[in-house]
Amino acid sequence: MGAIYRREMGAFFTSGLAYVFLSVFFLVSGFFFYVGSVASATTDTSGMFSSMFLVVVILIPILTMRLMSEEKKNKTDQGLLTAPVSLWSIVLGKYFAALTLFIIAESIVFVYSLILSYYGTVVWSTLLGNYFAMLFLGAAFIAVGVFISSMTENQMASAVACFLALMLLYFIDSIGSLIPVDFIADIFSSLSFYTRYIEFTMGIFNLSSVVFYLSAAFLFNFFTVRVFEKRRWG
Amino acid sequence: MIEVRNLTKKYGEKVAVNDISFRVEKGEILGFLGPNGAGKSTTMNMLTGYISSTSGQILIDDIDILEEPIKAKSKIGYLPEIPPLYVDMTVDGYLNFMYDLKKCKLPRKAHIKDVCALCKITDVRGRIIKNLSKGYRQRVGLAQALIGNPPVLILDEPTVGLDPKQIIEIRTLIKKLGKNHTVILSSHILQEIQAVCDKIIIINKGVKAADGTADEIAKNITDEHRMTVRIEGSTKTAEDRKEITAALKAIDGIKYVRADMEREKGIFDYDIESEEKVDVRRKINKLCVEKGWSILMMQLSDLTLEDIFLKITLGDGMVVGENGEFEEKPKENGPRVRINLNLDGENDNDNDDDNENAAADAAEEKGGNE
Repeated sequence: MGAIYRREMGAFFTSGLAYVFLSVFFLVSGFFFYVGSVASATTDTSGMFSSMFLVVVILIPILTMRLMSEEKKNKTDQGLLTAPVSLWSIVLGKYFAALTLFIIAESIVFVYSLILSYYGTVVWSTLLGNYFAMLFLGAAFIAVGVFISSMTENQMASAVACFLALMLLYFIDSIGSLIPVDFIADIFSSLSFYTRYIEFTMGIFNLSSVVFYLSAAFLFNFFTVRVFEKRRWG
Repeated sequence: MIEVRNLTKKYGEKVAVNDISFRVEKGEILGFLGPNGAGKSTTMNMLTGYISSTSGQILIDDIDILEEPIKAKSKIGYLPEIPPLYVDMTVDGYLNFMYDLKKCKLPRKAHIKDVCALCKITDVRGRIIKNLSKGYRQRVGLAQALIGNPPVLILDEPTVGLDPKQIIEIRTLIKKLGKNHTVILSSHILQEIQAVCDKIIIINKGVKAADGTADEIAKNITDEHRMTVRIEGSTKTAEDRKEITAALKAIDGIKYVRADMEREKGIFDYDIESEEKVDVRRKINKLCVEKGWSILMMQLSDLTLEDIFLKITLGDGMVVGENGEFEEKPKENGPRVRINLNLDGENDNDNDDDNENAAADAAEEKGGNE
């Protein structure tokens, strides 16, 4: 797992993708930080965090699009799958590399809070709550992205499909509310990534949401492993 | 070292590999020979655990590749048809990655240096792989397979895309590696297989068509043996010719002798045909010793591997019969295939497309390598 993780981290930077991802993330979050906190003269960053949800939905597909699809296209997966490593360590090595980059990007909020602490008092508990909410969200979304990337050898197809999937997860409440049957609407809203995320930005730390995000991450990584397994048996 | 039992791979209805079994002992070099699309790569992908088999069993050093994949894979170095290179890395970076990936225990710097020296890529170690030529990439692929010094090497068409000098280098290297490793090598180039391999398996349309050493295959597949012998008689004149012909004819097992042209002054060649499955070479030698003649040349003009390959891989080929003997397949479509290899890769058979392609390929190979 370590070797794959290190190679993947290296590839993020040599391909330039990391720079694009980080700069877009910093730019957009900086904008929301300025509008939501600095210009509004408040140390509350939850406005920025709730706006960042959509940005994460757009950026994660870029982060994950090539992870698996490129391997398949260049036949480098043959090297990985015939090496003495398990499928889980291949998938997780790549997954954690993407997650690390996401964490690096997200940690910019500590710079923002440092700026804020110069002007006033930062409520660290809500800030950390928000930070971890975004981390868990990213962990779940990256797993979805890796899974979709493993199903195609076309990077663009992978990015677009991932974007659509994440948008669908974003809109799942609205879709649920359109369904007149209460039972189904309930299921939809309990699957909502957005509602749970907003809960965090309001300063509520809900353990069930943490479990929800982490199990989504686990589930999609598991699916990715199954895709590899199926390809081998196909 | 490697044991394969009844290996079969089906893609839906299509049978890519059908019931192949073989054994490779430690230190042997086995060659897979077959036209394009015969199932060589599929078999190798199964051997290395990249894809699974539909049925059958693969044992690497008595370890089942499907039951203990990680343990079995750690014994294999694999060079796939397209080397699995990360083109945006440097050669050094890539080899270090493979070193880590294979959890290699050998001293890192020294081992990678050795491998680079062996594959002659030391001078490109600092370069990015995408800027390397096909030949260098192929050699980096080979270097990758050698990392960790695995006891089994599986090389899928290792000399594709190399220039003639590099081909010879790689062949020499493979022979050298064959002393300490068990090597399985695939190719559609006959000369290569003949030059490098101890044992050969010919695969056609997913079926094992023949196996054994080149000589064994040749011997099994032909009913009678022909050879050309050059014998120097005692008088070195045309008189010898009759005497020698008569003496040869008297040997038990020889059914036909024909004196050929005068090749050297007073020395003639004799075409000899022996009876089925009788080896008369020793008898001829004994005769010459007794008479005081000298054998200057003895050449078996049995089918060459090339002839066999074409015979097998074209439609009217041979299959291994139930009792292990080679049998002629019943002809399906009309006239026997006849190939003229001297027509610049063209051939005059009117069989189906597959056959034409195979013949053209083989003809091209012959043209390109001689």
